[in-house]
Amino acid sequence: MKLLTHNMLTSKCVKGVNVGYPLTINASDVRVADVDFNPDFISRLIPKIDWPVLYNAAESLGHVEDLPKETPVNYENNEEFLKKAHRALLEVEVVHGELVCPESGRKFPINNGIPNMLLNEDEV
Amino acid sequence: MSRPEHLAPPEIFYNETEAKKYTQNSRIIEIQEQMSERAIELLLLPEDKQSLILDIGCGSGLSGGVLDENGHYWVGMDISTAMLDVALEREVEGDLLLADMGEGCPFKAGAFDGAISISALQWLCNADKSHHKPVQRLYKFFSTLYACLSRSARAVLQFYPENGEQMELVTTQAMKAGFYGGVVVDYPNSTKAKKFFLVLMTGGNMPLPKGLGTEGESSGIDYSRREKIKRQRGKPLKSRREWILEKKERRRRQGKEVRPDSKYTGRKRSGRF
Ligand SMILES: C[S@@+](CC[C@H](N)C(=O)[O-])C[C@H]1O[C@@H](n2cnc3c(N)ncnc32)[C@H](O)[C@@H]1O
Repeated sequence: MKLLTHNMLTSKCVKGVNVGYPLTINASDVRVADVDFNPDFISRLIPKIDWPVLYNAAESLGHVEDLPKETPVNYENNEEFLKKAHRALLEVEVVHGELVCPESGRKFPINNGIPNMLLNEDEV
Repeated sequence: MSRPEHLAPPEIFYNETEAKKYTQNSRIIEIQEQMSERAIELLLLPEDKQSLILDIGCGSGLSGGVLDENGHYWVGMDISTAMLDVALEREVEGDLLLADMGEGCPFKAGAFDGAISISALQWLCNADKSHHKPVQRLYKFFSTLYACLSRSARAVLQFYPENGEQMELVTTQAMKAGFYGGVVVDYPNSTKAKKFFLVLMTGGNMPLPKGLGTEGESSGIDYSRREKIKRQRGKPLKSRREWILEKKERRRRQGKEVRPDSKYTGRKRSGRF
């Protein structure tokens, strides 16, 4: 699971959960993959990203490095910043671990990089 | 023709053996890729830009591969672990989730620029478990899909409706969830080539494009192409071809399997097949 996906993911499909965001990450295995950098794509992604959630997620995985706490102004032309955002969003991956719903405490296991979001009958 | 969705629930039907068989069959690959290409065309994404796309029922990543080829980034969800395992083996570029579309799309509002689903939606019309109610599952799916799309984004879902009622059932639930649109039928007069695409729009009602191989398709104004040109805003930093070639070269260096470059690489395909 990439942090881009984590930034979009909620547990609101669980019965009784309202927002279900952000999910807490407990990671036991994290890796950094090599992904092509497309500055235009990253810069159009930024408005959709909840930046503090991305920052905290990267920090909790020990991969915050020099990611800024806030998005700089005119980031569209700031290649250095876009590269850092790219790394956090697309290159850092959780391979094993779990996601935890902030409202219900429900855990979603992550195996081989794939979060298991399947619900039980009584959760639908 | 027997319908797999009558045989077993998807997570059982698409077991390890079936997932491998499915992904290695060149006929299946060709059909899935053609339909994916057409679905992407019907999404009317801004040209020459990389978009973030949700692939629902992504399976082993055949449809996702076509999203890659078109330069998009995708997140896929599927209910079958065996299919997702094959996707991992194939080192697909998309990020994967194990999830049941009938339980809803688990994403925050406005997350995706578009969504495709190739040959998965008909599975939702069946009650595989005693507590499954197709109408409710379809509604849950469409309403949460609607929510996770960005403004004016589209969803295009190719599916195999069993009969007119099923088409009606699916369309009604989609409209109830807030979507505009309807079903585009390609090659309606050919039993073999006939394909159904549910084209869903979020940003207001616009005329549906004509199906391929229908009367008036060639003589009428090609609405989708005209709108695409209208929606085109500015050029990307790199040309689409340049960026795809670079990406392929990188994958080759990593020792991954890459389709050979050709004069068609990175060219806007007509999507006609
Ligand atoms: C015919 S395959 C198509 C896979 C891929 N889209 C392609 O074009 O190759 C259908 C896929 O839909 C998935 N599917 C069926 N019902 C589903 C559900 N309720 N939620 C998520 N995926 C489902 C199946 O597991 C299977 O991988």
